[in-house]
Amino acid sequence: MIKVNCSVNGQKQTLRAHSMARLLDVLREEAGLTGTKEGCGEGECGACSVFLNGELVMSCLVPASQAEGAEIRTIEGIASGEALHAVQQAFLTNGGAQCGICTPGMIMAAVALLKKTPNPTEADVRVGLAGNLCRCTGYMKIFDSVLRAVQGANP
Amino acid sequence: MDRPQALIGRAVERKEGRDKVVGRSKYIDDITFPGLIHGATVRSPAARGRIRGISFEGNMPWDEFTIVTAKDIPGHNHVALLMNDQPLLADGFVNHPEEPVLLLAHADKYLLEEARRCVKFDIEPWPAVFTIEESLARKELIWGQDNIFKSYLVEKGDVDSVWNTADFVVEGEYFTGAQEQLYIENNGIIAVANAQDGVSIWGSMQCPYYVHKGLLPIFKFPDDKVRVIQTETGGGFGGKEEYPTLISGHAALLALKSGKPVKIIYDRAEDMVATTKRHPARTRHRTAVSKDGKLLAQEIDFVIDGGAYCTLSPVVLSRGTIHSAGPYFCPNVRVKAQAVATNSPPHGAFRGFGAPQSIFALERHMDKIAQVLKLSPEEFRRRNFIKDGETTATGQVVKDKVDMQALLTKALALSNYHAKREVFTEQNQRSKIKKGIGFATFMHGSGFTGSGEKYLSSVVGIEGTAQGKVRVLAASTEIGQGTNTIFTQIAADALGVAGDVVEVAQPDTKFVPNSGPTVASRTVMVVGKLVETAATGLKQTLVQSGFLHEGYSSRQFEEAVAGYVKKFGQLKAFSQYKQPPDINWDDAKYQGDAYGAYAWAVYVAEVSVDTVTYDTHVDNFVALQEIGKVMHPVFAAGQIEGGVAQAIGYALYEKVVWKEGRMINNQMTNYIMPTAVDVPPIHVFFEEQPYSRGPSGAKGIGELPMDGPAPAILNAIENATGLSLNHIPLLPEDLMEAIHD
Repeated sequence: MIKVNCSVNGQKQTLRAHSMARLLDVLREEAGLTGTKEGCGEGECGACSVFLNGELVMSCLVPASQAEGAEIRTIEGIASGEALHAVQQAFLTNGGAQCGICTPGMIMAAVALLKKTPNPTEADVRVGLAGNLCRCTGYMKIFDSVLRAVQGANP
Repeated sequence: MDRPQALIGRAVERKEGRDKVVGRSKYIDDITFPGLIHGATVRSPAARGRIRGISFEGNMPWDEFTIVTAKDIPGHNHVALLMNDQPLLADGFVNHPEEPVLLLAHADKYLLEEARRCVKFDIEPWPAVFTIEESLARKELIWGQDNIFKSYLVEKGDVDSVWNTADFVVEGEYFTGAQEQLYIENNGIIAVANAQDGVSIWGSMQCPYYVHKGLLPIFKFPDDKVRVIQTETGGGFGGKEEYPTLISGHAALLALKSGKPVKIIYDRAEDMVATTKRHPARTRHRTAVSKDGKLLAQEIDFVIDGGAYCTLSPVVLSRGTIHSAGPYFCPNVRVKAQAVATNSPPHGAFRGFGAPQSIFALERHMDKIAQVLKLSPEEFRRRNFIKDGETTATGQVVKDKVDMQALLTKALALSNYHAKREVFTEQNQRSKIKKGIGFATFMHGSGFTGSGEKYLSSVVGIEGTAQGKVRVLAASTEIGQGTNTIFTQIAADALGVAGDVVEVAQPDTKFVPNSGPTVASRTVMVVGKLVETAATGLKQTLVQSGFLHEGYSSRQFEEAVAGYVKKFGQLKAFSQYKQPPDINWDDAKYQGDAYGAYAWAVYVAEVSVDTVTYDTHVDNFVALQEIGKVMHPVFAAGQIEGGVAQAIGYALYEKVVWKEGRMINNQMTNYIMPTAVDVPPIHVFFEEQPYSRGPSGAKGIGELPMDGPAPAILNAIENATGLSLNHIPLLPEDLMEAIHD
């Protein structure tokens, strides 16, 4: 077992981990943050996306030991209490979430995109979310959600 | 008077949506129990053979592991379905690669994975069959007397009287590949079991009562000793229809033997290599037509590959058979359909359920016939569309107010079809990138086939709570398609109250009646109608007992419910499906009313084919359909868009590569589903012709969008390139071969 000292959603934590554990495993099993999902375990689907020191990463590809000293933000740290982030609200209003399993990762990727590109075109959104697979929506309502989050057009 | 606005037809907020966007929803792998240990499945390395021995190798503390084989099964060793031919654990023989043979459990999942690799099977290999052709030729007899799980013969009129006199007879052969459902949440189950209390199952699934039924014979428990609870489910698409029964049986056996809660979560590679996929199919058409473009006779030979065990193949075959003649009138039809055995993992339910396979063949064939007749694809179809009062292949008189002519006109206008066809033809002469546009016209039956709904006799309940809310009691699951929200809309409108008065119970066989499986585009049309009826019954009880007076507000309704529950202890109303007397089906002759209602559609695809890289891209997509009442405009469009994207994958991206019955590209890295940059703009349009027996006139839509895109895309590719390609999936390497052949 190893110990990982890090900050998760603003809280300092010391997480115990199997030496082979991935960041995904310690977040889910040690920190109890199950909003981050495993879809493929090989960095293809994006369901496990989190921020590691401000960068969007797939937590299934990050060894837990690499999170030593890092600042991590997960889907649980996106809303402010009960007040949803604009992207979350837009997904809720515009049909961006169906079964919901890709949704946390998709929202993390959308938040990352809007940080870098505050006024994206639909083409920007497509490229920004290309690493996140969704099997339910055909992506149309996800594009709508991200674009409307930008417009603040959330009724 | 504050009677709330009706919810049906409005884009109300997803009932469980808030939990989903903040990451609070609990899927099966997010749940744990005190003392829980992990289970793993050890699988056959061989496609077919006799198990000579099992050895436990490596330096493993084997005494720490719970080990289960077929010998540990207290009752029957089968997965209860249509034929009961599939063992829960192979006993002496294996019939497909990755067949479950032995189960392991341990608290340390890292050690468990090492141990799984240390169990070795000594298997005497037997000859196997891997294709439809080999199975039909009885290269080896691997199942029953003839390798045939099921066959159907549909006869209308007399096709043999037509061949000699017809102006043209057009033949064609069409192939569709396997497809992985690829829900983003892999399969997973937790079981708690002991001899005294029985078995409780939590898991990702579509059909809690299928699992319930499946566990009874394994343990010989009475009904009330098996409890099945559906947890939040991250997509199903049919892939979690029958398969969770098997995993539940495995987890329950390990739980019973270890005395501890056991969790089995498949990883992606295991889920892809071992679980069900869409049935590969071969369809042959022989069609007689007159020179004025009328269908005279259709002879259709439809064969699907069922894999090693029967599972649901007869039912998949049935839907494919009934849809194989399409939305056309033809006086003489013969469909010969067969589901055959091969030594691959059983193929199973997947959105569309046989129809995408047979509709692909028909809609490619219709374009081929049009060419022979020198008619446009449009004109040839227009001369043959079925109309109200005419009969389908099974002799069903069409009563839907369907107007395929108008649907086609509208879809072609919305897609600017005629102008684009002209422009592309002209531009293609100067470009290595060839553009094309094509379409498919089709229908999809809602609900179980034939007498299926009668046998299911589904039940829905609704109960009042002490707090004055009402709770819908149904086993129909939310798997992303919107069950929770739409049941809320239906119940709230039937009761005349606001949406927040209605709760939807978690499907738990201890508390909810059997409303049937969540499949076959039936949840809104069939089960939703039962929700409406049950809610109306509950309201009548309140009115007749004097607790509620017409003209009530939501608040007054809640007071009435709370008052009634306080006085009488409980308030419940139930509703059970009864087959209307004018829906008749003859299972023996395969004739009659195959479905209560159909959704009707025209889909138009626009493609670019790069003749240098052989890459095909869908550039634009128009999906027009008549689905009865649109219950929730955003969810309905979302269903169509998701189905179209999945079907684009079916046509152009998703290839299961087989080697001796085993999928060898069982990773998302090399089995490619459409991403955000691959999908075209998908434009969705609805027409609404209310169906008298659906809630507010609704019909089913879940499977419909899987049927049309693949043939529309291949028709567009032919328009672009002149190549008649009749095999999907069509990857760049397949196109390259076709161009050079």
